[in-house]
Amino acid sequence: MTSRRRVHARLAGVILAVAAAMVLASCGVTRGTDDEGHRRLQMWIPNSPGGGYDLTGRAATHVLEDADLAGRFEITNVLGASGTVAMQRLLNAKGANDVVMTMGLGVVGAVYTNESNARVSKATPIARLIEDQEALIVPKDSPYKTVEDLMAAWKKDPKSVTIGGGSSPGGPDHLFPMQLAKTVGIDPKAVKYIPYDGGGPLTTALLGEKIDVGTSGPSEFEGQIKDGSLRVLAVSGGERLDNVDAPTLKESGVDMVFTNWRGVLAPPGISDETRDYLIKLFTDMHATKGWQAELKRNGWIDAFATGDEFGTFLKEQDQRVASTLKELGLA
Amino acid sequence: MGSFDLLMQGFENAFTPTNLLYACIGVLLGTAVGVLPGIGPAMTLALLLPITYSVEPASALIMFAGIYYGGMYGGSTTSILLNTPGESSSVVTAIEGNKMAKAGRAAQALATAAIGSFVAGTIGTLLLVLFAPKLATEVVKLGAPSYFALLLLALFAVTAVLGTSRLRGFTALFIGLAIGLVGTSTGQPRLTFGSPLLADGIDIVVVAVAIFAIGEALWVASHLRRRPLDIIPVGQPWMSRDDWGRSWKPWLRGTAFGFPFGALPAGGAELPTFLSYITERKLAKNPEEFGHGAIEGVAGPEAANNASAAGTLVPLLAMGLPTTATAAVILLAFQSYGIETGPGLFDSQPLLVWTLLASLFIGNTLLLVLNLPLAPVWAKLLQIPRPYLYAGILFFASLGAYSVNFQWFDLLILLVIGLLGLAMRRFGLPVLPLIIGVILGPRLEAQLTEALAISSGKVSTLWSEPVAVIVYVIIAGALLFIMGNGVRTLLRNNNQKKKVLA
Repeated sequence: MTSRRRVHARLAGVILAVAAAMVLASCGVTRGTDDEGHRRLQMWIPNSPGGGYDLTGRAATHVLEDADLAGRFEITNVLGASGTVAMQRLLNAKGANDVVMTMGLGVVGAVYTNESNARVSKATPIARLIEDQEALIVPKDSPYKTVEDLMAAWKKDPKSVTIGGGSSPGGPDHLFPMQLAKTVGIDPKAVKYIPYDGGGPLTTALLGEKIDVGTSGPSEFEGQIKDGSLRVLAVSGGERLDNVDAPTLKESGVDMVFTNWRGVLAPPGISDETRDYLIKLFTDMHATKGWQAELKRNGWIDAFATGDEFGTFLKEQDQRVASTLKELGLA
Repeated sequence: MGSFDLLMQGFENAFTPTNLLYACIGVLLGTAVGVLPGIGPAMTLALLLPITYSVEPASALIMFAGIYYGGMYGGSTTSILLNTPGESSSVVTAIEGNKMAKAGRAAQALATAAIGSFVAGTIGTLLLVLFAPKLATEVVKLGAPSYFALLLLALFAVTAVLGTSRLRGFTALFIGLAIGLVGTSTGQPRLTFGSPLLADGIDIVVVAVAIFAIGEALWVASHLRRRPLDIIPVGQPWMSRDDWGRSWKPWLRGTAFGFPFGALPAGGAELPTFLSYITERKLAKNPEEFGHGAIEGVAGPEAANNASAAGTLVPLLAMGLPTTATAAVILLAFQSYGIETGPGLFDSQPLLVWTLLASLFIGNTLLLVLNLPLAPVWAKLLQIPRPYLYAGILFFASLGAYSVNFQWFDLLILLVIGLLGLAMRRFGLPVLPLIIGVILGPRLEAQLTEALAISSGKVSTLWSEPVAVIVYVIIAGALLFIMGNGVRTLLRNNNQKKKVLA
């Protein structure tokens, strides 16, 4: 059980922080016994604390523990190569019946750009939990007032529009403009995409007008959008967002829906029993008030789907991402 | 005096027993994670994010700010005592700090770090209070060309610390730049040998700990039997008048480097620490002391890293722009309370912002009160017999490297670079150029690729921003000055030769 030992070492390392968190949050209630319904589980998270997968994964475990649906979770952040390292490790943990991993669209692309064989479709799909929309964001004084303006200029000369995103090639902020370009008939290879190291540097570049358009989830720009220093031309989902005053792409005449989703996988080769147990666990979690509160608190869109439905979706996403990246020569 | 009143209100709010307690816990935790290599303030804050479910916003943010400042501070302790920097911003501190400790001046090194951090943190926070709203709108105008120029200036400054042998200095610098190449940051895998474990590059803390601590432990081990053990002398417990006199100017200069770099979105805390080090080394009355434990080399960088922590809060509070990983997590905490971050924060949440600012002053004072009396106690650690001391250092360094990612692979990297450190000692290569190469190389490249990608490859973009032009003029001026000096010495030597001949 080296993986378990690894978790213990990690716990020892951060014991101070965790202990303080428990004491401060006064949620260190002793709960659950070791009966069958309360087995201890591990939650792996393929990026660093505070990142998107981390927030989703921790919110889910928090709700599961709080609602007394599962025993205590051991959470491990497995860092490296935008999730490729974690994905590899999940596939290596074949048959392990106590592991789940939070992942999402970014991991699908990362395994291709890192030239790894750890395809997400090889793991056991458990549940898709949430989705985030992407947005087309421009600075206040940008000449582009609508999606039509932007598309006209972009089609005329793809190189004249500089697009920046908060993820490296293969990540959602990169895949979105590439698939958008393909939809409107622009060669994705002609798209000028600048990768930034997350939302902070991307906001800086937009405010400083170093780039023309930003593609990212709108939640990271809430403050700037509200005070008018940044504008949203469109959001990428099927429906408008409550808190962002912008049309969808479809309403703007571009026939495309793109969402950045997150979900939970288990290792390959687990028993049907374990698979059913895990699916039921997350289905029950989805029904709790606590999870609904988390969705609202984080501005996530509910996109719950389990088992085979999620599996089919996963395969479809895997192929779509692969074809986009192959066209760009990145996979 | 609107802001003064608001600040006083903030103090009132921060001085409640509960909030003081949170400030205390914050600085203690921060110091603890700063001491441990591998676990940084960003990760600690992220792990503590769940407390936002049940703790008042002000209290949580006060604690978070305490952790941030404490972490900047705590990193210096192990740098000085054990030669194992806990954070990337305290790597430079180890260079002189550990030499001081070996000469029995650990207490002075720790004290000048503590007081310097306090001075810089306080001045930095004061500047933050005064200038945050005005500064923030200016700093976003700097783009990749300006950063590239600034980094080039820094690289140019490195040549001043290459040491006595140019060849050795440049060799070390290029080894550093080569280590900096590892990874897939440009989209192409370089020196990763097909392993995704190397895709994110090698962490600077791992490199520093390996070169400094592992390299030294191996060196000592290989010489242990040939030489009698020299015991580290017990020094004075407090700073002397002379130490004070040599420290106060570096503190102020370090602050002057740290704050603006912290406020710049792509500035960071590492760059100002070694700019401060280089400056002190150039300005010192007795530069030959550098490399053997000069107090200026501890005072300056330590002030710089704390001032930069204060600077980071400028874009964060004034614009909702996180510029470091730690600031990004603080922003998340704001958001999980449903607080609108961004340009309106000072107006919409005045009490919260000013309470946070007041708590920074309090946190700084707490850090000083906690750490100053501890300095002589920590210094006693070095009395441990050497075999045990180095065994402890090895354990501590390995734990740190392992705890970042829980991969045995990281231990292998630590050992390999440790062997490199041993070889560097054996062949007399200076360490600083290597560290600077690891830090500067990737950043220089990232800014250059960004600038050229935006301009579609037009090189003229590099001098398209006023700041960039000014920096290039400074570099050109310095070059001319150096060349002028060189020519003058050459002429003088020639004249002397002629006289001798005549």
